[in-house]
Parts: sequence; C-alpha cells; structure tokens
Amino acid sequence: MSDTADRVKKIVVEHLGVEEDKVTPDASFIDDLGADSLDIVELVMAFEEEFGVEIPDDAAEKINTVGDAIKFIDDNAG
Amino acid sequence: MRRVVVTGIGLVTPLGADVETTWANLLAGKSGIGPITRFDASDQKCQIAGEVKPADHEWGFDPNKRVDTKVQRQVDPFIVYGIDAAGQALEDAGLTEMDDATKERAGCSIGSGIGGLPGIELESVNLHERGPGRVSPHFVHGRLINLISGQVSIKYGLMGPNHAVVTACSTGAHSIGDAARMIRDDDADIMLAGGAEATICPIGIAGFAQARALNCSMNDRPTEASRPYDKDRDGFVMGEGAGVVVLEEYEHAKARGAKIYAEVVGYGLSGDAYHVTAPHPEGKGAEASMRMALKKAGLEATDIDYVNAHGTSTMADTIELAAVKRVLGDDLGGASMSSTKSAIGHLLGGAGAVESIFCILAIRDQIVPPTLNLHTPDDGTNGVDLVPLTAKKREVKAALNNSFGFGGTNASLVVKKVD
Repeated sequence: MSDTADRVKKIVVEHLGVEEDKVTPDASFIDDLGADSLDIVELVMAFEEEFGVEIPDDAAEKINTVGDAIKFIDDNAG
Repeated sequence: MRRVVVTGIGLVTPLGADVETTWANLLAGKSGIGPITRFDASDQKCQIAGEVKPADHEWGFDPNKRVDTKVQRQVDPFIVYGIDAAGQALEDAGLTEMDDATKERAGCSIGSGIGGLPGIELESVNLHERGPGRVSPHFVHGRLINLISGQVSIKYGLMGPNHAVVTACSTGAHSIGDAARMIRDDDADIMLAGGAEATICPIGIAGFAQARALNCSMNDRPTEASRPYDKDRDGFVMGEGAGVVVLEEYEHAKARGAKIYAEVVGYGLSGDAYHVTAPHPEGKGAEASMRMALKKAGLEATDIDYVNAHGTSTMADTIELAAVKRVLGDDLGGASMSSTKSAIGHLLGGAGAVESIFCILAIRDQIVPPTLNLHTPDDGTNGVDLVPLTAKKREVKAALNNSFGFGGTNASLVVKKVD
C-alpha cells in the first residue's frame, strides 16, 4: 500500500472508530464504514489537514470510497 | 394518581465512575477535589477543582465502557458523562432491553447548566486562528445541552418525551421533577432524568472566578477548600460529572418486579426575583420552593429525616439554613442536613441529580453522608445537625434535596421510602 493509502486509512480508523481491516480501497464510507454526511465533512477536513491539499465541495461530493479519497489526494497533493 | 418511583441510578463523579464507588468514598469522608490537571491553571486565580478522574486512577472513569469512540470524539465531556450515567441507570433498572411498546413510553429528561463550554472555547480559538472552514461539523450538536437526551434516546431507542432542562445549578433537580410530572401526567411510563456538567476549562474557571463565586484562597490545600457552613468558607469549588435516575410509574415497576429505591413524592419550584447571582437575602425563594415540595408530598416538617443542602460553601449557605429552619423548625425537626459539595465540589447542572441520588442512597442504607471540613461552624448553626466530618447512621424515611441556580431559580425534591 502507498504512503497515502496508509495515512488515509489511519485517519478513517481514528475518525470512524472502525476496524482497520475494513478500510479497503473499495469500502464505501457510508455503506460499509457507517459514516454519515457530517462524518464525511470531518474526514475531508482531516485529509486536507494531513496532506495540505484543498478539497472543494464539488470534489468532496464525488469521494464515496476510500479509494476515491486516495486517488484525489495522489492527483492533487503538492 | 399515578405514582413515580426510582428504579435505577447512575453516577459519574469526582469520587467514582459508578454509584457504589462514589457512595463508599463519600461515606468514608474522602475528597474528590485536587489541583486542576485538565489544563495548565497556573495563571488562574482558582487552581483547584473536583475533576472526574482519568481511567488509570483508583476510582477513574473509562469512557469506553458505554460511549462509542466516534461519539466521544464528537461531543463535549458533559455528554459523555451523561450517556454513561444514563447507561448505568438503565442497567441498574434492568431496562437495557425493552420491547418497542415499552420504548415508545420511555423518554429522557437529562439537562445541563452550561453545556459544552470546553468545546465552545476550543472551537472559538480555532475559528479565530484558522478560519471558519476549520470549524468542526460536529461543533453544534456536540455542545448542545439537549444532546445527552438526544444521544441516549438514539442509543437505547427511547421514543417517549425528549426533554432537557437548563436552569443553571437547579437543572438536575428540575430535570427529575419535570420528568416525574411527565410520568404522572401519563406522557410516559419510564423517564431517564438527571443532569451533567463538565466546565473545568480555562474560560469556565476564569468566568466563575471573575464572578467572585469560586474559592481562590486555598489552592495549596484543595481538599479543605469546599467547607460549607464553616466560618472560613470562601466560595465554591467546581466539580464535574453526571447523575441520572430511572423514574418509573409505580404499577409498571411493580408489574415487572423491579427493585424500587424510593418514591418521588414532592417537587417545588420558585423564583427569587431578586438578583442574577446572589440569593434573596432572606431566602424567600428557597423557602417557597421547600414549602411547595413538602405540600405536594403531603408530609409534615417532622417527616423529613435528611436534607441534602444546596450548601455551596459560599455566604449563601447560612441564608439557605435560615430558610430550612423556617420550614422544618429551629432544630430542623430532628432532621440531619449535610452538603456533599464538601467532598465532590459543585457539579452545577449535575448537582441536583447527583445529590438526589445521595438522598436515595441515604434512604436505602439508612445512613447520611457528612459535611467535610466543617471545623468551625458559622453563626446560626447551633442546635442543627450538619453531620460534620463523618457519616452518621440514622433512620431515613424521607429526604429533601435543595438546588438553587443563578438567575434566582430554585428547586426542591422530596423522596420517600416505599413501604
């Protein structure tokens, strides 16, 4: 797993209080990890903080899975 | 008329993370007050408080027992304490598993005096330093006072009345009194009722210190600082924690063979209409509140065996005592009266609920908890049993709790042994 994936996984585990092995790239934040819309706002903020990247609202709306988040960060982080 | 009894109790206090530990420490004369460890208080006038102890302490609180880690991260500590105390009370009452029909008739009335002050403080700094885009999406619902009732109802599926009192330091008593009325009025059969507070944070301590309410002269001897009725008292010591009871309609409790601690028989309320922080100098509001509670209870003054006083360790202690004397008699009609704030500090919105639970335990165990640090009783205390320093075995059939709050709001509750 890439460095980005490890760091994303750590944030997700910490924020959603889920088991580490459930946080796979295919896992949906809402359907598989029990997040609600506010949890996603919080996760996006945490990703922005951790990776020094800005995730605009329209981009955040398209982040449904852990893999989506990793991809956005890898594509946009400086 | 529908009668209301207590069938479960839960506590998180500076003296323990559950009912039995708190009660044993209280009766043993231990103090939960110490130097503030939650933050660096070295620039504060007041540097002491009754903190709920960390999990590794002899009687520490482990939030992981009953509160999801996700919820813990999102909400202020007062909500965590409240959820835990409510869970304890439900477990004690044997009501953690209820069928849907029962859940529809079960509600919550758990309030707080101030709510999520530590979180408001932190996020205000965050907003100022880093901008609005960094404010937590959980900021609002993680600080709101009614979110103990909200969280507890969600966790246990309670679909009855969902209510939260905000009457400063009278909150806990009003919460129980209001919830008892909801059962009496047939709005519910079961109510979780109580209060919680957690405001030991820089702005909370500074705010009360600036209002000249806190003891700021005994930072070097914290366990001696809360000393109700003592001549050397010099302000209250802030405590934190939660107290929640399960109230249940008597026939409902009997039908399921529930353990019954006591009956809530009297509830009095009044306003001082005098000053925002100072009590009426003649204690008129306090007296009216007690008289109403006794009248509702249908009891005579001499029926009261124990008074858990508001007694905050401020100048107001003797005003309350004078009012109690007018209601119960110069010798309190033989009742004992103590202030357990001497041991746990002032839990503000949690106080009335925690102290009502002490009244219930006094009835259960036929013993009254002490007033610590009462070495030199103030004028006007002659001939009154203030239970100085050590707990006292005695008959307790009925007990009265007083709670008075900023804004001049008063509440009194009478609980009685069920024959």
